Amino acid sequence: MTAGRHGQASEAADVVVIGAGVVGTAIARELARYQLTVVLADAANDVGTGTTKANTAILHTGFDAVPGSLESRLLRRGSALLTDYARRAGIPVERTGALLVAWTAEQESALPSIMERAGKNSYDAVRQIPVAELYEREPHLGPGALAALEIPDESVICPWTTPLAYATEAVRAGVRLMLGTRVTGAQPGGRPGGAHGDHLLSTTRGPLRARWVVNAAGLYSDRIDAMLGGDGGFTISPRRGELIVFDKLARPLIGSILLPVPTAQSKGVLVAPTVYGNVLLGPTAQDIDDRADTSTTAEGLTSLTEAGRRIMPRLLGEEVTATYAGLRAATEHRDYQIRVDATRRYACAAGIRSTGLSASLGIAEYLTEAMDAAGLPLRPRNGSVAPPVMPYIGQAGTRPYQDAGMIAADPEYGRIVCHCERVTRGEIRDALASTVPPADLDGLRRRTRAQNGRCQGFYCAATVSELMAKAPRGDRPQAGSGQQAAAGRPA
Amino acid sequence: MNADVLIIGAGPAGLAAAIELRRLGAGRVLVVDREQQPGGIPRHSAHTGYGMRDLHRVLTGPAYARRYATAAAREGAEIRLTTTATGWAGDRIATLTSAEGIEAVSARAVLLATGCRERPRPARLVPGDRPAGVMTTGELQQRVYARGERLPGRALVVGAEHVSFSAMVTLAHAGADVVALVTDLPRQQSYAAFALGALARWRVPVWTSTALRRVDGRDRLTAVDVADMRSGAVRRVECETLVFTGDWIPDHELARTAGIAIDPGTRGPAVDTSLETSARSVFAAGNLVHAAEIADVAALDGVHAARHIAAALRNGNLAPAPDAPQASEQPAHRVPIAVEPPLAWISPSSIRLPALADAVPIAPPRGHFLLRSQVFQQRAVLEARQGGRVLTRQRARLIPGRPIHLDAAWLSKIHVSDGPVLVAVAHG
Repeated sequence: MTAGRHGQASEAADVVVIGAGVVGTAIARELARYQLTVVLADAANDVGTGTTKANTAILHTGFDAVPGSLESRLLRRGSALLTDYARRAGIPVERTGALLVAWTAEQESALPSIMERAGKNSYDAVRQIPVAELYEREPHLGPGALAALEIPDESVICPWTTPLAYATEAVRAGVRLMLGTRVTGAQPGGRPGGAHGDHLLSTTRGPLRARWVVNAAGLYSDRIDAMLGGDGGFTISPRRGELIVFDKLARPLIGSILLPVPTAQSKGVLVAPTVYGNVLLGPTAQDIDDRADTSTTAEGLTSLTEAGRRIMPRLLGEEVTATYAGLRAATEHRDYQIRVDATRRYACAAGIRSTGLSASLGIAEYLTEAMDAAGLPLRPRNGSVAPPVMPYIGQAGTRPYQDAGMIAADPEYGRIVCHCERVTRGEIRDALASTVPPADLDGLRRRTRAQNGRCQGFYCAATVSELMAKAPRGDRPQAGSGQQAAAGRPA
Repeated sequence: MNADVLIIGAGPAGLAAAIELRRLGAGRVLVVDREQQPGGIPRHSAHTGYGMRDLHRVLTGPAYARRYATAAAREGAEIRLTTTATGWAGDRIATLTSAEGIEAVSARAVLLATGCRERPRPARLVPGDRPAGVMTTGELQQRVYARGERLPGRALVVGAEHVSFSAMVTLAHAGADVVALVTDLPRQQSYAAFALGALARWRVPVWTSTALRRVDGRDRLTAVDVADMRSGAVRRVECETLVFTGDWIPDHELARTAGIAIDPGTRGPAVDTSLETSARSVFAAGNLVHAAEIADVAALDGVHAARHIAAALRNGNLAPAPDAPQASEQPAHRVPIAVEPPLAWISPSSIRLPALADAVPIAPPRGHFLLRSQVFQQRAVLEARQGGRVLTRQRARLIPGRPIHLDAAWLSKIHVSDGPVLVAVAHG
């Protein structure tokens, strides 16, 4: 199954999953439960570096999805599965609830249809709350709100730990994670008529053979689809969303996620807590051509600060900790583009525009069942793999620096290196030695929060870089098999 | 654990306060710092010029830091390093985390001396990519002086105040080719002799009235866009390093989480002339209350706060113990002092009156108030009024980011019942 030393693709993997975002890692994790050889390949040097890492980090209930759509169904299912998985894997989640606030008569008139839509999506907990209650719950809300709906189960989640947990579980179950592996071409196998030929993928790390290919390539999924002779039924058009992250001292200003009422003119801007204890303002929505342009713009940041000033004036008096932009993989279709072609032994999970994090486990389950129906033999593995217990990087629970027991057992958890985010040497050491270790400082940030704080490295950048440089470089997942990478570390 | 005085921050202000408190017999003085070495920011600043005002000699930053740390230890202050004050478990009860564990320290008085940091790029809302190679002066100095990193290639410095020139010198030392200093103000703000000397030596221009518009580079920094604010013309400047300098913000998290009133101008805790905050027996000193002054000034603040803390300890004039009834508490008499635009802030921001009605108000550290201006004005007159009365008129040169002093010799003229003192730039 591995790319051979001399550039020859040796034995074929049962499945190659292209794309290690939140959807691809969820699919690999699901497939890892069966007796299959699975390769998870991504062009980037880490999991979850595309759309997955830069979004609003909300665990949606799906109350406002298009009723009857696949997105509605998988969002509902995925959200329930992820809520449970997150609890077991230690993924930070805060059930803050959401308040959908109407500021104009037009927005107010849309509320009944939003409630109706929630009902059609089998979500019945939405209720309209009096304006007085709204201001009681959110005293720092700007003046002029006319009406509000409460969606009590909307939550915020850590978008970095989630794909890492999936990938960690997958790698420990034997999935081969190949990072820095860009698929550059393909000779599709599985021709019409039932021929047995394998797919042959060309990658920047040599050829890969596969019985089945799963396309979870996000912003590049239409290109992968074309390479594999898919039906070409969709084209990705990147939609850029810029976001502003406010200092943790702003967190007490807000209780729930404050959602806008989408109108014909604009989808609107939300204000939400993050599980790291910050406050997020965004996103903008701009269709662009460049699939890698995650730069922020003067116009985008100005429009956000203007919107933020109306929603929560005091927010703008706090310091900004970060600004960033993410690209959503929008297509010309409103719904997910998920299809399984039994003849070609090719599956595609594309057009997961902005709900991939919430729906990921639902998508993985659905796709795997469809592949089973299409002839992929699914025999459960002997002995089940439990979810990994991920290092906790949320703000609501107990972090290592707050845990006297952890510090007593290992003083490295008492040595804070990144002061703004209170990240200890112990946590950095653990991340560097983890099943899916970081390849660079950004990877370390996503695993520990180091350097994600208000000083942006004024105090700790040099120390953190030094720890990173000194880290022993063991077998990287992409350098060995999953079993090797996981060896020497208790699951 | 209990301490008579808990000092948070072992920089110049915290260490100078610890030394003075011990000399005045303050009892158990505990200084905590989250860093591995005492001394604060001067540790990373290799240039000379430290210690002229407070130690009456000229030292490099690291030598200055060592001198204070040694003296504090010699005087019997207890210094705990790699120890972070993470929050409060009650009034004047700090929660400390270190390799030894988690501990609550209860103190009769607390001095906050947590300093300030430079506002980094995201907080300035500069659009564009997020490449490597963009940093603050603080990070630059640690990379170059503490870790010996080289930074070859072209570099651009954002800011033209004193610290910006310091960043330029550090960049040159690290092998960078400094293209320019960029400021959106109409001229540079550093001391003329220093700035002109440095500019001549390294032949670096200052681009005034120039705004940074965009940062480019997907992985490493490749270029920035700068705009001439007079003509609107935008041009592209290729560079590999971009250093954001100055634009200081106090590290006020512990003050905020303690519920201490924050001064909207300085953004540090509001303090009176004894350097006491809105929370009784909690004092604040150094660049936490006036970001940013040189280390000497921070150290002299520490001495000033220490004298008032020691006097309060001696006279029993402190807040009651956290578990004692609150009834005995007397509100401190303070007269607010504020500025009008184009002045940006004044520190301290209130005048402390002793309990005795006829006693002279407490003078600010070093006998003067510190102010900042938003504009340049070569020959300005500052006027302080209370009610309709002019208390003082003093000449001053206004330069944004540079300290402006208002001598406090007139303090005996204030009346506690006449309302706030207002400081403005006099017209005509």
